[in-house]
Amino acid sequence: MIALLLRDLRLAIRAGGGFGLGLAFFLIVVVLVPFAVGPEAGLLSSIAPGILWLGALLACLLSLDRIFALDWEDGSLDLLAVSPLPMEAVVSVKALAHWLTTGVPLVLATPLIAVLLNLPGEGFRSLILSLALGTPALSVIGTFGAALTVGIKRGGLLLSLLVLPLYVPTLIFGAEVARRGLSGQDTSTPLLLLAGITCGAIALLPFASAAVLRVNLR
Amino acid sequence: MLKVSDLQIARGGVPVLQGVSFEVSSGQALVVRGPNGIGKTTLLRTIAGLQPALDGAVDVDPDDLAYVGHADGIKSTLSVTENLTFWAQVFGQSDISPALQTYQLEGLADRPAGLLSAGQKRRLGLARLLVTGRNLWILDEPTVSLDTNAVEMFSACIRSHLAGGGKALLATHIDLGLEDAKELDLSPFKAKPMSVNAFDEAFL
Amino acid sequence: MTSLWTYANPKKFVETTDKVLPFVSVLAIVCLVTGLVWGFFFTPDDYRQGSTVKIIYIHVPSALMAINAWLMMLVASLIWIVRRHHVSALAARAAAPVGLVMTLIALATGAIWGQPMWGTYWAWDPRLTSFLILTLFYFGYIALWSAIENDDTAADLTSILCLVGSVFALLSRYAVNFWNQGLHQGASLSLDKEENVADVFYHPLLVSIAGFVLLFLALVLLRTRTEIRARRVRVLSTRQRME
Repeated sequence: MIALLLRDLRLAIRAGGGFGLGLAFFLIVVVLVPFAVGPEAGLLSSIAPGILWLGALLACLLSLDRIFALDWEDGSLDLLAVSPLPMEAVVSVKALAHWLTTGVPLVLATPLIAVLLNLPGEGFRSLILSLALGTPALSVIGTFGAALTVGIKRGGLLLSLLVLPLYVPTLIFGAEVARRGLSGQDTSTPLLLLAGITCGAIALLPFASAAVLRVNLR
Repeated sequence: MLKVSDLQIARGGVPVLQGVSFEVSSGQALVVRGPNGIGKTTLLRTIAGLQPALDGAVDVDPDDLAYVGHADGIKSTLSVTENLTFWAQVFGQSDISPALQTYQLEGLADRPAGLLSAGQKRRLGLARLLVTGRNLWILDEPTVSLDTNAVEMFSACIRSHLAGGGKALLATHIDLGLEDAKELDLSPFKAKPMSVNAFDEAFL
Repeated sequence: MTSLWTYANPKKFVETTDKVLPFVSVLAIVCLVTGLVWGFFFTPDDYRQGSTVKIIYIHVPSALMAINAWLMMLVASLIWIVRRHHVSALAARAAAPVGLVMTLIALATGAIWGQPMWGTYWAWDPRLTSFLILTLFYFGYIALWSAIENDDTAADLTSILCLVGSVFALLSRYAVNFWNQGLHQGASLSLDKEENVADVFYHPLLVSIAGFVLLFLALVLLRTRTEIRARRVRVLSTRQRME
C-alpha cells in the first residue's frame, strides 16, 4: 500500500503528472472573482470564505479524472486488481494520494490567496480548519465519481455532473464553518457535522468505489 | 492446481464460449489457441478473476496467480527499476535483479520506461512476472512485439518457471518450443446461439 | 401461489402488463380528471390565499411522486444488486425520467405559487433547495445510464450511484435545513398530525394524489416495457452482427 502511495505521489510530481495544476486553477478562479464582482474591499471580504471554498472544490474536481484514467489506459488497474492488494485499499490509497497532491497544497495556499480577497484576520483560523477537515471528503467522494466514470471516453463532464451534487453537504457545512468564523459566531456545530461527513465518507465510500471499479474492469 | 470445469463466458453480454474444461497441474503449461475473437482474452480474464463467468467453475487460488494482459501497466515517467520495484513491493518481494537479468534489462535499468522501444517495454512487462513470486502465470499474447531473441528469453524463462514447479496458461499464436506443453483449441467450444424465441431472464 | 419474482421474467412481465396497463391508465385518467376538476371548480377559495391555493392539487402530488420515484428507483436498484433481475434494473431506468419530470413540475408549480404568496418566484428555502438538488441527482443518474454501452455494467453502476446518491441526498436535505430556515409551510399532509388541510381541500387532494400515483405507475410500466423491448432489439442485432 505504501509502495502504491509512493508511486502515485512520484508520478504526480514528475513531469506530466499535473501536480500544481489544481493550485494554479485555484489561484486563477480567486483572481477572477474581483473582476466579476468589483474591487470593493468590504464586499470581497464578506464573500471570501464562500469563494475560497468554491475555488478549492473546483480545483479538486479538475484533477479527479486523473485518479484512475492513467492507470486504466496503461493496464495498471487490471494488474492491481489481480495483485494482493484488495481493491478497497487501492481506492483508499488513490484518494489519499489525491488529497496529498491536491487538498493539502490548497489548504496551505489558502492563507496567501485569502489575502487577495481582504479576508479579515479573525476569519483565517476557521477557514483553514474547515478546508483541512473538508478536503479529504472531497477527495474520497471524487474518487467514487472517478471510479464510476473510468470506463467512459471523455467522461470528464459526466464526472462533474455526478460529483458536484455529492459535494453539496460538504460545501454547505465547510463554508458555514468559514462564514461563522468570520462573523465571530460559534463554529462547533457545523465543524462537527463537517468532520462527521468526512469520517463517514472515508469509512464507507471506498467500498462503493471498489465495487464500481470491479464492475468497470469486467 | 488450476481446474476449469464446464465454463461458460460472455463478452459484452454475449456468450462466446461454453463447456470449456481443462486442468493445469504443477510444472505444466497449457497453450490456448483459436482464431481471433473466439474469446481467448475473455477466458484468461475470467480465470484471473477480472470478470465473472456465466456458468461453470474455476478452481484456482486467486492469491497464487499473476496476469499479463495486452497492456503492460508501465509508467513512462518512472525508470525500469522503479517500475519493477513497485510491483515487487506490491507482491511483497524485494529482489528485482533476477528479473532484470532474465530479460537482459540491466543496461536499461535507469532509463525512464517512456524511452523504451515497444519490445523493450514488453520485456519489462514480462519481467514483472518474475517479481510477483506467484506460481500460476496467465499470459495473454505475451510475445507481441518481441524479436526472436527476446522470444527465446521468454521461452527460457517459462521453461525454468515450469521446471521449478510453476504453472502457465498462455494464449499465443506462435510456437514457443515448449516440449511438453498441452494445447487447447477453443474452436469446438464456441457458444451456440440460443433459439430466438427463448425470451428469458438473460435476454439472450 | 406464484412468487412475486416470476414477474421478474421479462416475458412474463410483458404478458402481465399487457393486461394490467389499460386498467391502470384508464384509472389514472379518471382519478386525475376527477381530482383536478373537483379541486379546481368545486372547492371554495382559501380565506387567506385566495384561488392560488388550487395549484396545491398539482404541486403536492407531483412533489410527493418526485420523492417516491427516487425511492422506487432505490428499491429497484437494491433488487438488481441482490437478485440480479434485469426487469428491476430496467424499471429503475424507466422511472428516472418520470421522476425528473415530477420534480420539475413541483418546482415550476411551486414557483408559480410562490410569486403571489411570498412575492418571489424563487427563494433559497430548504425545501426548494432540496428539490433543486434532487433534480441534479436525477440528471446525473440519467446521464450515467445513457453514457454506458454495456447494459449490465450500466445497471450495476447506476444502482450503486442510486444507493450512494440516496445517502447524500438525505445528507443534503439536513445540510440545507441547517443552512437556511425557510419560508415554506410545513407538510400539507401527514398521517399523525391533527392540523391537516381542511377536509374540503383534503378529499380532492387525495383523489389527485391517487391519480398521480396511478399515472406514475402507468408511465413506469409503459416505459419498462419499452426498455425491455429496446434491450431485446439490441441483443438481437448484436447477435445478428456476430453470425
